[in-house]
Amino acid sequence: MAFDVGLAVLVLGLAVWTTAARDTFAAVVGFVAFGLLLALVWVRLAAPDVALTEAAIGSGVTGVLLVGASTRLRPVAVLAAGAGPCAIQRLAAAVLCTLVTAGLAAIVLLLPEPAPTLAPQAAKNLGATGLGNPVTAVLMAFRAIDTLLETVVLLLALLGIWSLASDRVWGGVAAALRYADPDGALTLLAQLLAPVGILVGIHIFWVGSTAPGGEFQGATILAAMWILTMMAGLVDAPAVSRRWLRLVLVAGPATFLAIGLAGFAMAGAFLGYPESHAKLLILTIEIPVTLSIAATLALLVAGPPERAPQR
Amino acid sequence: MSAATLYGLCSAVLVGLGLFSLIVHPQPLRKILGFNLIGGGVFLLFGAVARRGAAAGFGGDPVPQALVITGIVVAFSATALAVTLLLRLFQQTGQATLASDE
Repeated sequence: MAFDVGLAVLVLGLAVWTTAARDTFAAVVGFVAFGLLLALVWVRLAAPDVALTEAAIGSGVTGVLLVGASTRLRPVAVLAAGAGPCAIQRLAAAVLCTLVTAGLAAIVLLLPEPAPTLAPQAAKNLGATGLGNPVTAVLMAFRAIDTLLETVVLLLALLGIWSLASDRVWGGVAAALRYADPDGALTLLAQLLAPVGILVGIHIFWVGSTAPGGEFQGATILAAMWILTMMAGLVDAPAVSRRWLRLVLVAGPATFLAIGLAGFAMAGAFLGYPESHAKLLILTIEIPVTLSIAATLALLVAGPPERAPQR
Repeated sequence: MSAATLYGLCSAVLVGLGLFSLIVHPQPLRKILGFNLIGGGVFLLFGAVARRGAAAGFGGDPVPQALVITGIVVAFSATALAVTLLLRLFQQTGQATLASDE
């Protein structure tokens, strides 16, 4: 319990820092640390799958994105700092936020007893999916529609980002993420870490059927390795007009949708799996979905095309 | 007090802090950070509820946990889109502010 109290204080302290820091870059760094500690909180809440996702996406990939953005916005960060609402408006905002917090805290303290739960139903039907990890079973079978829509949302966000490119460079290559010089430590790190990281990513994906892990966590690690090699300048971002790239991006959602529709014939419902082949079908969906998510996440970080395509 | 209640209260404070950031900071990047703090708070509330629903040998209710995983990924994609919009604004106008009267 003492550990939990200390962790909660640290998490709140970093959240206050993220809110109150004068310098935007300092706030971003605070937020990344906050994400890492939040992952620890998820472990304490007996949710290792969420902890992996939070550490990889909530802290890691979001951190790369935000640090990159705050570096590029540095010239205007100081100029904008002077403007802002006056003291009375700040006070009003503080009162409003305190009320929201108080309301939520009251809800937390007044939650019904005994707590409603779907865990027994999940346990009862876990066998029918052939999986051992209940969270993966929820993601891929019981609530597969959420996951299908999520893969589509990721693609839509990427389309939104790509469409922010100016006409001149449409179909081109994202701005170079490259920060390192070719002989620097980052290049060596990328060369050493990337092969290991790819193996770890595949492993996390593969064990997801029975242990904490799964397609999102594995995909994020794969995406991180791609981002790392791009940052080290070992590979360049692909031109967004490349056909292979677009095929990789839509392969996951397309397979998911196709098997979902086939569910009408096989099990009488959209996204229904016949019990005898459930695990095989889930794996058939998960492999392309993992690749699509990995590619989408990396390209979301790489940003819109800023250089004209070669040729 | 159980760990679930403790982190549940923690999540309430996070939502308040994030909302405050969203309202008072003039820089859009700070607003995006605030939005992510709110998101973290909401997800943590789900985590507290999931922990309370521990049953059938599971440490928590897997349904809200899976929803949070979906939520984290969607929150990231929305953050990426918002950051890109902001960088494009900066590229076009040379400033990164939402003020209209300057």
